[in-house]
Amino acid sequence: MINLSWQAPASLAIILFALGLIGLITRRNLIFVILSIEVMLNAVALLFIVAGMRWGHPDGQVMFIFILNLAGGELALGLVLLLRLRARITTLDGDSANILRES
Amino acid sequence: MGNIIWIIPAAPLIGSILLGLFGARWSNRWSGFIGTLSIVISALLSVAIAVHWFQDPPVDEHMRIMLWRWISLPEYSSYIEFYLDPVSLIMMLVISVIGLLIHIFSTEYMAGEAGYSRFFAYLNLFVASMLLLVLANDLLVLFVGWEGVGVCSYLLVGFWFHKAANGYAARKSFVVTRIADVAMLVGILLLSNALGTVSIQPMLAKAALLWPHGGIMAAAGAALLLIGGLGKSAQFPFQTWLPDAMAGPTPVSALIHAATMVTAGMYLVIRLYPLFALVPSVLTVIAVGAVITILTASLTALVQRDIKRVLAYSTVAQIGYMFLALGVGAWSAAMFHFLTHAVFKALLFLSAGAIAMRLHHEQDIFRMGGLRQKLSVVFWAFLIGSASLAALPVVSAGAFSKEMILASLWESPGLGKWLWLAALFGAVLTATYIFRVVFLVFFGEVKTEPTGHYGVRIVVPLVLLAIAASTIGWLEMPKFMASSSVFSSFLEPVLGHPATESTLPHWVTAAGYIAPLLGVVIGFGLYRSGYWVRTAGPVGQGNDGGQAERSMGEGVRRFMRAGFGFDFLYDRLLVQPFLWLVKILRNDPIDAIFMSAAAAAMRFHGALRRSQIGQLRRYAGMLALGSMAVIVIMVFA
Amino acid sequence: MTYSMFDVVFYGAGAFSVVTTTLAITRTNPVYALLNFVMSILGIALVIFVLGAPFAASLEVIVYAGAVVVLFLFVVMMLNLAHLKTDFGVKRGRSVRLAVPGVLVISIIIEIGIAFSGRFGKETTYHIIGPSAVGRQLLVADIIPIELGSMLLLAALLGAFHLARLSPERGRQ
Repeated sequence: MINLSWQAPASLAIILFALGLIGLITRRNLIFVILSIEVMLNAVALLFIVAGMRWGHPDGQVMFIFILNLAGGELALGLVLLLRLRARITTLDGDSANILRES
Repeated sequence: MGNIIWIIPAAPLIGSILLGLFGARWSNRWSGFIGTLSIVISALLSVAIAVHWFQDPPVDEHMRIMLWRWISLPEYSSYIEFYLDPVSLIMMLVISVIGLLIHIFSTEYMAGEAGYSRFFAYLNLFVASMLLLVLANDLLVLFVGWEGVGVCSYLLVGFWFHKAANGYAARKSFVVTRIADVAMLVGILLLSNALGTVSIQPMLAKAALLWPHGGIMAAAGAALLLIGGLGKSAQFPFQTWLPDAMAGPTPVSALIHAATMVTAGMYLVIRLYPLFALVPSVLTVIAVGAVITILTASLTALVQRDIKRVLAYSTVAQIGYMFLALGVGAWSAAMFHFLTHAVFKALLFLSAGAIAMRLHHEQDIFRMGGLRQKLSVVFWAFLIGSASLAALPVVSAGAFSKEMILASLWESPGLGKWLWLAALFGAVLTATYIFRVVFLVFFGEVKTEPTGHYGVRIVVPLVLLAIAASTIGWLEMPKFMASSSVFSSFLEPVLGHPATESTLPHWVTAAGYIAPLLGVVIGFGLYRSGYWVRTAGPVGQGNDGGQAERSMGEGVRRFMRAGFGFDFLYDRLLVQPFLWLVKILRNDPIDAIFMSAAAAAMRFHGALRRSQIGQLRRYAGMLALGSMAVIVIMVFA
Repeated sequence: MTYSMFDVVFYGAGAFSVVTTTLAITRTNPVYALLNFVMSILGIALVIFVLGAPFAASLEVIVYAGAVVVLFLFVVMMLNLAHLKTDFGVKRGRSVRLAVPGVLVISIIIEIGIAFSGRFGKETTYHIIGPSAVGRQLLVADIIPIELGSMLLLAALLGAFHLARLSPERGRQ
């Protein structure tokens, strides 16, 4: 019987989440913004796996599947929006996509 | 017989609804036919019921006909219920029969007017409301009819609403009566609260049982209801609306503002007379107010140029006589005067309308003249009406009713003799001002040439009313003449036995008969001397033209012409302060508070908007910050 | 304290995924970033496997490393990056721009650490939760959420389909 602490994998998930958040906030290229969001979703999914492990229950993996589901939908729409935005602006700079603002 | 009584108010109501819905599409002939037919049904039924009543009076001399339950509350319920006794029977007869004659007259008078069907819709609605008013068994239903006639009066005074002055007159009549109606509503609520019912007969029984003679509750209730009645009947201090209400078509003036609606106040007092009998102080107030009304209105009528305004002021004065009779407790005298007044005043107004029809709607008596040969039918009709109004002895109905009032005044204790004297003076004035009109309009040289001719629908109502105006007084004669007391004995079960005339000195009776003759003589004398023409006053109503000589007499006359300055007084006392208040409130100071809240919100919005920079990364950072805060709250709170 | 094989694999794979993720979010070329992302996902899949969730690990590889990254690559190709300015240069005040997210991230880590510390026990027994257990949970107990998830995917599908249709009159603006 192997005993495994759950803190270490949880910390790994948190570190990955933080990396994704840093990427989300600092990067201006919209491809990287979406990539960072994927990283963050992945980290959260990992955290659910850890929780499932901790309690020995399949719900963690069920939630993992739901997050995959969500990530898939989010990614598809996000990338399509990126393509549409490409037609409007000449760069992929997220900061220049503020043309909805009146002044 | 009683179970068909609901048709009497229902028929005009249905006529009104039909005319209101389809009148615009119908031809004028058809509209007039429907409008008149509904009144014919009412009138025939009323007469039938009255005949039946005479042959076979019901038990206890009254009928109660319950239609349906209106309001149902745990400890209170109100029914739509009709109450028929001799008083309401007479009211009902007068309203439906005179209403019918005026409808017939109107079908010709209003021919060619725009809004012909609208006119009959309003007129039918008025008759329905008025019948509801007089038949109501409880004060709530009565109030419904009361307000209904008020609305119809408003609509009909403003019938020619294209002229701003008519709209003003309509609003004035509506607002003034509404002010009085508020007092009346308060009175009804007071009575229902104190006595637990609004049904008139149980309420009166309870009041007589519970309240002491001259008690404060009875006085308050009676006074509040009286204010409503005074407003509706255009009595002092509410008399100012009635002369302006003459802006409506003349048949309307005849029906609403002379024969029926304005007597609703008197009807209210008679209906509730046991309550008023409890409080002699209120009765004294009624009597004194009535004297003021009679004298001011008669003096004002003496100097008017407009024939309809003369008649309007005379209406005010005659209703003043009714209230004077009420003030001394002569209920059946008031009822009798109501009956004769309804007949002869309708006759006078219809005659005035008939004159105006032929003279291009001329209403200025100084532009008329010599119409005696030209319009002989109208001359005789108007003459009979005037004789009746002036109460010329024997030949006119008004003489008997006015004599009855004078007799009861003389016999009443306290102020009675003084009231009698004032009323006698009023009678002189009445004869003077009405015969001033008669002489100016029908004698002398022709000033405006009449055109056109009368149809049968004009002549028949005039003739019928003229016959009635000269004969209806014989229902009730003093003892020394014929000893006929059909009327008062008919009313006796309700109103009690009238005062006897045994103690009346002969010279008092004689004075009552001589006073009108004296008035006629004065009128004729001043006409012959040209005094009326000299003092005609400026054209237009009441406003001082400034071109008249600045003599003392002219000043007084101007004051009288303006109705003793009541309009001016109310304008300064009520209207101007109200307008001042409105001017202050126009910019809505209260609203400024709320607007400042809106302005603050706008500023806050501007500040918040500056944070919306459209930068994705900052939004993400804010989101992260928000999630942090949420986690802090969830985990550490 | 001895290190088991599991510990070795876990720490190795975890460190590998952290490093590759860091590289992924700092690249300027999106293709390199995506390659690093694939590496990190493989590391995370290994971690998940070690944690006793073989089904989830295989899904991680299939869906993320397979579908998601390939989708990314398609889009990067469609964006025609050769004609698109992707390097925006360094703006002034960069240090401030890095400091703010740094403080934010560190405080979030501290906050979550405080939230987790001292709760949920320390040790846990090791279970392998195989696909059958997950499937039973998923398709028997959670059938309604599954349907909702399918609706979410349907909505995403319709949305993507609609948005991706280039309408000339509006797309050329």
